[in-house]
Amino acid sequence: MLIIKDLHAEIDGKEILKGINLELNAGEVHAIMGPNGSGKSTLAAVLSGRELVKVTKGKVLYKGNNLLEMSPEKRAHAGIFLGFQYPIEIPGVSMINFMKTAINEQRKAKGLEPINPSDFLKLMREKKALVDMDSSLTSRSVNEGFSGGEKKRNEIFQMAMLEPDLAILDETDSGLDIDALRTVANGVNKLKTSENASIVITHYQRLLDYIIPDRVHVLYKGKIVKSSGKELALELEEKGYDWIKKENDK
Amino acid sequence: MQKEQDKILNDITQGDYKYGFYSDIEMETIPKGLNEDIVRMISKKKNEPDFMLEYRLKAFRHWQSMKMPDWAHLKIPEIDYQDIIYYAAPKNKPVLDSLDDVDPEVKETFDKLGISLDEQKRLTGVAVDAVIDSVSVKTTFKETLAELGIIFCSFTDAVQEHPDLVKKYMGSVVPYSDNFFATLNSAVFSDGSFCYIPRGVRCPMELSTYFRINAANTGQFERTLIIADEGSYVSYLEGCTAPQRDENQLHAAIVEIVAMENAEVKYSTVQNWYPGNKNGVGGIYNFVTKRGICKGDNSKISWTQVETGSAITWKYPSCILKGNNSVGEFYSVAVTNNHQQADTGTKMIHIGKNTKSLIISKGISAGKSDNSYRGLVKVLKNAENARNFSQCDSLLLGDRCGAHTFPHIEADNPGAIVEHEATTSKIGEDQIFYCNQRGISTEDAIALIVNGYAREVLNKLPMEFAVEAQKLLQISLEGSVG
Repeated sequence: MLIIKDLHAEIDGKEILKGINLELNAGEVHAIMGPNGSGKSTLAAVLSGRELVKVTKGKVLYKGNNLLEMSPEKRAHAGIFLGFQYPIEIPGVSMINFMKTAINEQRKAKGLEPINPSDFLKLMREKKALVDMDSSLTSRSVNEGFSGGEKKRNEIFQMAMLEPDLAILDETDSGLDIDALRTVANGVNKLKTSENASIVITHYQRLLDYIIPDRVHVLYKGKIVKSSGKELALELEEKGYDWIKKENDK
Repeated sequence: MQKEQDKILNDITQGDYKYGFYSDIEMETIPKGLNEDIVRMISKKKNEPDFMLEYRLKAFRHWQSMKMPDWAHLKIPEIDYQDIIYYAAPKNKPVLDSLDDVDPEVKETFDKLGISLDEQKRLTGVAVDAVIDSVSVKTTFKETLAELGIIFCSFTDAVQEHPDLVKKYMGSVVPYSDNFFATLNSAVFSDGSFCYIPRGVRCPMELSTYFRINAANTGQFERTLIIADEGSYVSYLEGCTAPQRDENQLHAAIVEIVAMENAEVKYSTVQNWYPGNKNGVGGIYNFVTKRGICKGDNSKISWTQVETGSAITWKYPSCILKGNNSVGEFYSVAVTNNHQQADTGTKMIHIGKNTKSLIISKGISAGKSDNSYRGLVKVLKNAENARNFSQCDSLLLGDRCGAHTFPHIEADNPGAIVEHEATTSKIGEDQIFYCNQRGISTEDAIALIVNGYAREVLNKLPMEFAVEAQKLLQISLEGSVG
């Protein structure tokens, strides 16, 4: 599904990613952990095509294609979804209208007709139930006036609507209380199939109590310094990041 | 990144003006220039009664003593008023009994604009008065409306057929001496629309005037007069386009609205005069005076405007709230792009008790344009319990445009509650990226965000106009965003 080779990237001339290697297959969930400032969100930005990050070296193959050559919307059409750490507000644009536009753009890219309104409403109902989202939220403007938890839930709702092949969830757990965390994780688990894959970026291990990863990678100073099974997350929880820092700052 | 934004901005703002064609219609014009003889000539061509000629001459004489206003936040090149043709009309203008009598070229022009003058073909139930250059060429559904006692006709016909109404109300809201452009209009206006809704009648269809400037070197000076008698209701639409020309053309119109007790008038405008090219060459100078009076108690006047066209716009649709409990509303979206300039807003004059006014203004500036909101809320001494709420928002696209807000508040009654809110924002790169990530292209993202921003106002437009206006916003900003 995704192969990252020796990826280097900088923001405003400052190198943040210093040689990332990662391979992710369909059906897998990988967790990327690491202390603040290690480059986790930058990696998400590179994969989703954010312009402010400049790739200086390396390759990213997605389903065999050169991902770095694709525009952000092309990547979305090809099945990449980013759950934002800080979801953006768009005043005056209703969630319904926003979702309909997004879905129809994806359909257009696949050569399909726009979705018919009754199918669309049915889909909305189904997916809202899946993430336990308050009905009234979808008639409001995109993220406007949503609480932190509502915004995160809304990200998972959009993911459910768009059914991506590769979901990248950037700190989806931050700012969530335990109940919200459980619903969000539940949603992610229900959407998991043998055909799709996820990258879960998180600072804390608690999300991984609910979303069980196949691999855990520790990112530190722009490099993956440790990769292992899910037990690595527990070890990190116990020992903290200092252990990693000590080992690598020698 | 900034560069990329600018590029997208450029692409979007450089969309073509799709109404820029010119129709080859045989025209009758009078010599260039303005003097008393010209004023007399216009009046004579229209076979007007004496009171009209006197009104025009009074206005003309007053106009000669006036100077062009310079208080607006606009750079207006000098206008040579002697270099303008003040009257142009399609030559084949017999008395129109049926559509077959309309010059095929004229008919085709309106067909091209998507406005059918053919009543049989119209399913939407909008009655249209089509004004080309100086004269009204066709008013549809006249007979159907007449059955309800509604008068909807060209101003010229109204002068002939309903002189008493014209005499009574013309100039009662915008006096001939009101301002430089209104006074000029009062001297030389050539046609326009007239509408009278009798007592207790709810007009069953939207009434619409469609203005088209076609001839070169001519100014367009029309006036509209709407009278809503006690307890009546009417929704009125106005649309405007012009051919693409390198020279500037002057449009100075007047709209007067009178709402009697319990009457309600909704006036919607989609103004799409040619804005000039992307280097700022050509385009219409749109200097318009629009004013309504809520004369009777419990009356209501609501202005909605979507302004996307014209090189320069100078326009302040206003309400005089004279009747007790009367309500004035102003909803505006003004888009400026490339080198366009707009200075627009409203005036709400509270005279009666418990009068209310609401102002929602949304400015959108792109390219190198300048967009100003100018408003006055005035509460007179005896206007007990007057209330106003104003919201003026500006949205900037790119970093070469300007947005300005000039709100004026004069409250002479201590019980008045006047609120003003203003915001200025830019379309954020992060908003666009958020849309991109969901599969929405930058151009569509901008359209989505801009329409969301303007939604409060677009929602006030009649259904079929709202769709048109949305498209128009998109076209106006084509190539402009990021």
